[in-house]
Amino acid sequence: MAEIQLKSLAHSYSKHPSGPEDYAIRQISHTWHKGGAYALLGPSGCGKSTMLNIISGLLAPSEGEVLFDDVRVNELSPKERNIAQVFQFPVIYDSMTVFQNLAFPLRNAGMAKDRIETKVNEVAEILELEAVLHRKARNLTADEKQKVSMGRGLVRDDVSAILFDEPLTVIDPQLKWKLRRKLKQIHEQFNITMVYVTHDQLEASTFADKIAVMYDGQIVQFGTPRELFERPNHTFVGYFIGSPGMNLVAVERCEEGVRFNGMTVKLGAGLQSLLEQSTSSNLKLGIRPEFIQLTTTPSDDTFECDVTDIEDLGTYKIVSLTLGNQSIKARVDEDHAVAPGKIHAGFPRQWLKLYVDEFLIEEQTE
Amino acid sequence: MNKIPDNRAWWLVLPVFILVAFSALIPLMTVVNYSVQDIFGPNSAYFVGTDWFREVLQNENLQASLGRQFVFSAAVLLIEIPLGIGVALMMPTSGRRGSLCLILLAIPLLIPWNVVGTIWQIFGRGDIGLFGWALNEIGINYNYTGNTGDAWATVLLMDVWHWTPLVALLCYSGLRAIPEAFYQAAEIDRASRWAIFRYIQLPRLKSVLVIAVLLRFMDSFMIYTEPFVLTGGGPGSSTTFLSQTLTTMAIGQFDIGRAAAFSLVYFLIVLLVSWLFFTAITHLDKEK
Amino acid sequence: MKMNKRKGFGISIYIVFVLLPIYWLLIMSFKTNQEILGALTLWPQNFTLANYAVIFTDPSWYNGYINSMIYVSMNVVITLLVALPAAYAFSRYKFVGDKHLFFWLLSNRMAPPAVFLLPFFQLYSSIGLFDTHIAVALAHCLFNVPLAVWILEGFISGVPREYDEMAYIDGYSFPKFFIKIFIPMIRSGIGVTAFFAFMFSWVELLLARTLTSVEAQPIGAIMTRTVGASGIDWGVLAAAGVLTIVPGLLVIWFVRNHVATGFALGRV
Repeated sequence: MAEIQLKSLAHSYSKHPSGPEDYAIRQISHTWHKGGAYALLGPSGCGKSTMLNIISGLLAPSEGEVLFDDVRVNELSPKERNIAQVFQFPVIYDSMTVFQNLAFPLRNAGMAKDRIETKVNEVAEILELEAVLHRKARNLTADEKQKVSMGRGLVRDDVSAILFDEPLTVIDPQLKWKLRRKLKQIHEQFNITMVYVTHDQLEASTFADKIAVMYDGQIVQFGTPRELFERPNHTFVGYFIGSPGMNLVAVERCEEGVRFNGMTVKLGAGLQSLLEQSTSSNLKLGIRPEFIQLTTTPSDDTFECDVTDIEDLGTYKIVSLTLGNQSIKARVDEDHAVAPGKIHAGFPRQWLKLYVDEFLIEEQTE
Repeated sequence: MNKIPDNRAWWLVLPVFILVAFSALIPLMTVVNYSVQDIFGPNSAYFVGTDWFREVLQNENLQASLGRQFVFSAAVLLIEIPLGIGVALMMPTSGRRGSLCLILLAIPLLIPWNVVGTIWQIFGRGDIGLFGWALNEIGINYNYTGNTGDAWATVLLMDVWHWTPLVALLCYSGLRAIPEAFYQAAEIDRASRWAIFRYIQLPRLKSVLVIAVLLRFMDSFMIYTEPFVLTGGGPGSSTTFLSQTLTTMAIGQFDIGRAAAFSLVYFLIVLLVSWLFFTAITHLDKEK
Repeated sequence: MKMNKRKGFGISIYIVFVLLPIYWLLIMSFKTNQEILGALTLWPQNFTLANYAVIFTDPSWYNGYINSMIYVSMNVVITLLVALPAAYAFSRYKFVGDKHLFFWLLSNRMAPPAVFLLPFFQLYSSIGLFDTHIAVALAHCLFNVPLAVWILEGFISGVPREYDEMAYIDGYSFPKFFIKIFIPMIRSGIGVTAFFAFMFSWVELLLARTLTSVEAQPIGAIMTRTVGASGIDWGVLAAAGVLTIVPGLLVIWFVRNHVATGFALGRV
């Protein structure tokens, strides 16, 4: 087990990167603490897998440092880093049996035979592979193959960390859920540092204590699932997390706060002064659909909207609204009656977020 | 893949069938016909049954030739298969250097067999050949036309030079087909270089190795032109292999009946051994 | 990195081993016979093209090359023409006797050419094809067609049948589908098959020599002429040998991009 620290890490696949667009990873500094269960969440192509391969040592970063417990490991091989990694698609040694597959990393490390036996049986039990343990791995189903793949990572309990690169992509949904629980259990039992790469927010939040959201080669926010939901630090986090994502409206400065379509949103004095420190004109207001309050009676801080669509999703409804020429979405409870036509929307102050150059600005409340 | 049952597919196979029947079936029947008759002239032949076969099987000359043939083919396989795998593993994996390597390696395969013989005939000579001259210079008494051991060594070396590239190219394309993820997983699993070869590369080379072993066995078992040009089968008959024995018998001595019986035995041996190889390897594959 | 250096060193050694005998033949072809038979020289002292001049000025010499090229090209064309539909049939359809036929075809690849020498000679003589290019081309089909069917079958099986079905739905007739859609899809397979057919036909001498005497005599047979009353004309022999390597080089050059993937014969 180790604490994994990344220091101004950057990586480009081209030999002579000419600009920031040539970088898969741009200047990341980040720490994965010992024994944590982390998720690395982001859309495809944001550099998640690249980062994982750099941590495991399959890839040497073009710039920056990787530290394991404060020791630089840039030049060390995966073997020397003692790290386990599970890939997106199952990699199995098809000339071996399942048992031999699981024992392979232990044998390579020269572990004693009886210890290997115990360890393999333990993992096989957790992953429910006992029935096929002595079968040739090539005859397994895709699900079982991926379990074997994961098992090879999990048998090693002395590792610095286990990295998972979207390990459940090929697994069917029911088993997915079960395996995620298993991983969580294994984590609680052995307390190994785990980093789990995924593009699925649900998967990330059920597995991890803390989630790092990656966007365009950078980690834009690192926090608990709740923090990501309530206080998205970057417009991308707001948009990517939650279903539907955060409503984001481009606004411009005005006397009392910000304005769009002739409608003014007042800002608190603290926020207003923070805003004045920047000269950027890239301003956005964001609010989660869950926090929009819809009423039929207008009041001082509500705006009149048109309801354009109501989508009933069983336990809740998604209401599409137009406010001026902006279209926004609200999520309301199933029993909340909404009729087509005019409606009034309230944006509670504490859930209304202001983004300058895509990053959140807010008053320090503590 | 599930195949569609449809007998009309015979129309697509018909040209091949006719062509191969013409160039294989008719001659083969001729051979069978000869093998059971004693022929003195165009109109005088009589049926001798299995006499030729009995004689051929007891002929010491042929037995010796068959023995040499097996030793030669075994040696060829034992040297060329491992060496070919080794060469394939050493080849650059991509880029200009990779394709340059491929082209250079493939050259021996495209040289007419008599020229291969000629090249080594020249190369190995003590007076005008670099190889023979160099060996003699460093004090090794080497003469492939006079010394049986040297002749064998030269014929083998020539065959290794000639055919190892085929094995190497087959293995090289087999290796290219292994996805990068396997090497990554092996690295993560702390596999040694040997373990990577043993558990990742070798299992995935199996299908191309079956092809390589079969092709090399068949072709080495039928070798004729190269040793004929290089040593003429000598010294004595020490490098005379089956095809040469047969050719001498059929065309040199015009001993048609015996040659025909011998031909059939020869053909059957190739078929049998190829079949044995094939079932042995595919059987290993199915084992649990 | 150290590993890579060792590999580079190993492969370089092997390539030197491959090239050295060819180098020796090449420089010999530029030497005079006096120099060849005199002291050993690593580089021609009196560089001469006379050996090549002998070949290029004598029709009985250069016709050998033309003859060889003619029957090899004929063989490649015939092989591909008959093997393509057959390979398609074996890969896509089940029909009476398919497995037996396939095995019988392959068994012909295992027939030693020496076995067929005499019957071939008689067969082609009796139908008046002796000493023609087509005789040699047909004879070489004996081992090339089975191999071609087998290689192409591997490649064709790698193409999902959905493509065939899609083409039917789009209203293609079978021949049109086969030529317009299917053949382009297995290009590299065809390239590799042609390569193998060329290779085995170009390098074979035993059958080619037996089935010809004057008109269609291959270069390999003509090369034996360098043995004269005064011994062997080494220079001309070497030059003739070098010239037989050239067509092979051209062929490799053309298929070089297919070699890496295609050499596994669609069976990995």
